[in-house]
Amino acid sequence: MRTAFIHQLLEEARANPAIFLLVGDLGYSVVEPFAEAFPDRFLNVGIAEQNMTGIAAGLAMEGYNVFTYSIGNFPTLRCMEQIRYDVCYHELSVKIVAVGGGYAYGPLGASHHTTEDIAMLRSIPNMRVCAPGDPAETKAATAYFAHTQGPGYLRLGKAGEPLVHTNAITDITKLQKVMDGEETAVLTTGGVLALAKNHIQSHQLKWGLYSVPFIKPIDFSGIGDVCRTYHTIYTIEEHQRFAGFGSAVLETINELYRQKHIQSFPQVCCIGIEDLFVSFAGSQEYLREMAGVKLP
Amino acid sequence: MYHDISIKAKQIRERILTLAYKKKSSHVGGALSVADILVYMYRHVLRYDPKNPAYPERDRFFYSKGHACLALYAVLEDSGFFTGDTLNGFTENGSYFTSHVNHKVPGVELSTGSLGHALSVACGVALAGKRKNAAWRVYCVLSDGELNEGSNWEAILFAAHHKLNNLTIIIDYNKIQSFGTTREVLDLDVGKPLLDKLDAFGWSVAQINGHSFEEIECAFASVKNAPKPQAIIAHTVKGKGVDFMENKLAWHYKSPNDEEYQNAIAQIRQAT
Repeated sequence: MRTAFIHQLLEEARANPAIFLLVGDLGYSVVEPFAEAFPDRFLNVGIAEQNMTGIAAGLAMEGYNVFTYSIGNFPTLRCMEQIRYDVCYHELSVKIVAVGGGYAYGPLGASHHTTEDIAMLRSIPNMRVCAPGDPAETKAATAYFAHTQGPGYLRLGKAGEPLVHTNAITDITKLQKVMDGEETAVLTTGGVLALAKNHIQSHQLKWGLYSVPFIKPIDFSGIGDVCRTYHTIYTIEEHQRFAGFGSAVLETINELYRQKHIQSFPQVCCIGIEDLFVSFAGSQEYLREMAGVKLP
Repeated sequence: MYHDISIKAKQIRERILTLAYKKKSSHVGGALSVADILVYMYRHVLRYDPKNPAYPERDRFFYSKGHACLALYAVLEDSGFFTGDTLNGFTENGSYFTSHVNHKVPGVELSTGSLGHALSVACGVALAGKRKNAAWRVYCVLSDGELNEGSNWEAILFAAHHKLNNLTIIIDYNKIQSFGTTREVLDLDVGKPLLDKLDAFGWSVAQINGHSFEEIECAFASVKNAPKPQAIIAHTVKGKGVDFMENKLAWHYKSPNDEEYQNAIAQIRQAT
């Protein structure tokens, strides 16, 4: 995903002189092409994420559309107040890009497990939260953020995620249907999309599968359509089970039901990390399994 | 020589005290300590157009000690950013005049109130100014207590490394923070004086009496053409101008009662 991100950002920057990239001393073997192509719109600010976010706000005040880039918790949790107060309160065009969503950097330990970010960022007014499910969604989400004003959060995996979507993404803010099914649908956000697809196919289940890259604002009518089609819905995310994507889906379904857009409330099962830290090493696949990020 | 600006500073102090008294708001001490600096800057340093606060060629002014909002609001009012009795709505329901500085108020670039934010933003703006070869400059007023925040030192290192010589900070060194003197809580002069610390970080540093217009004038003149970012350490007195408020921690929190208000106003008016 990070490769898809930087390629798209390069493309956007060629057409748009307002695109600016800040990195927090990370991005080795990823961001170099951007730094070489646009040295006047690139800066490694050093290992100082609070400062990076403040600088991004300042650049945005002067008309730049700024992307900040670092690993997982560093450009997000480390500088939450700068995000809330400097970026979001002032409605500035700062897009925070975190690589290593979930357990993508699993063996590196709990410091690098990015498992509470969606919950925190989606609670801030003016912030948009997007976790693409594959490189195609990443490309579309990067283009979307490059073309829109205001704050945004782009939660990526790392490199080498399989391409799930074979058709071009036409509107990244909507639900992305991967396959139709009967009775049961799976809604995913982020890199667990491929996991869900493999699970459904290997178990020969007749389940529908939808990727939901935008957790905020969420595709209200798209989720309504799913609720009218399926009576059982699984949500799955590589994130704490509470307050993240599954919660956002539940809130949406509740609102759909309350406003009478749907006549019945589907069975919803939210799958995510079971309110725990993982303190041992392991591959991303292993840690997902241990933490409870798995479909039945 | 500084007769007119001294009178203006007295008017600003009166406005600060009157609003604090009427609205029962706090942080009077820190507003009075920075008042002379702000009055001087809005009279003689900053380029701005109160009728067009977003005027592109304006100097960018950041006020990091957002709790001492009364000083900035009073000076902005005096500079024509808002008229009539707008500021009298301070802290009222529905007013943008919150008791920490709010960017919804004309003339305010950045909302502050959580300490240690504005300098990083100012660095970003200064960086943009350098990349665009802009003629405008960036100024940031900080409190002494907020230098406890590590984010400021990230920004101080950054500004020097990137030679942001279009950036000037003014530190209102009034020696008292929320729960004690700066010396008791976290001494900015421990090991080496603050001036030496900033010098060691690669800044051009001036140290002045922040209540002497002559020294304030000299400081701004001396730092102007430095090849690196500039810091003016302004030694000030918390609660300056009202004897029972000066150097008293309590006036970080209290607002004057009737008697205290009358006494304070009399002292300000009688001061030479």
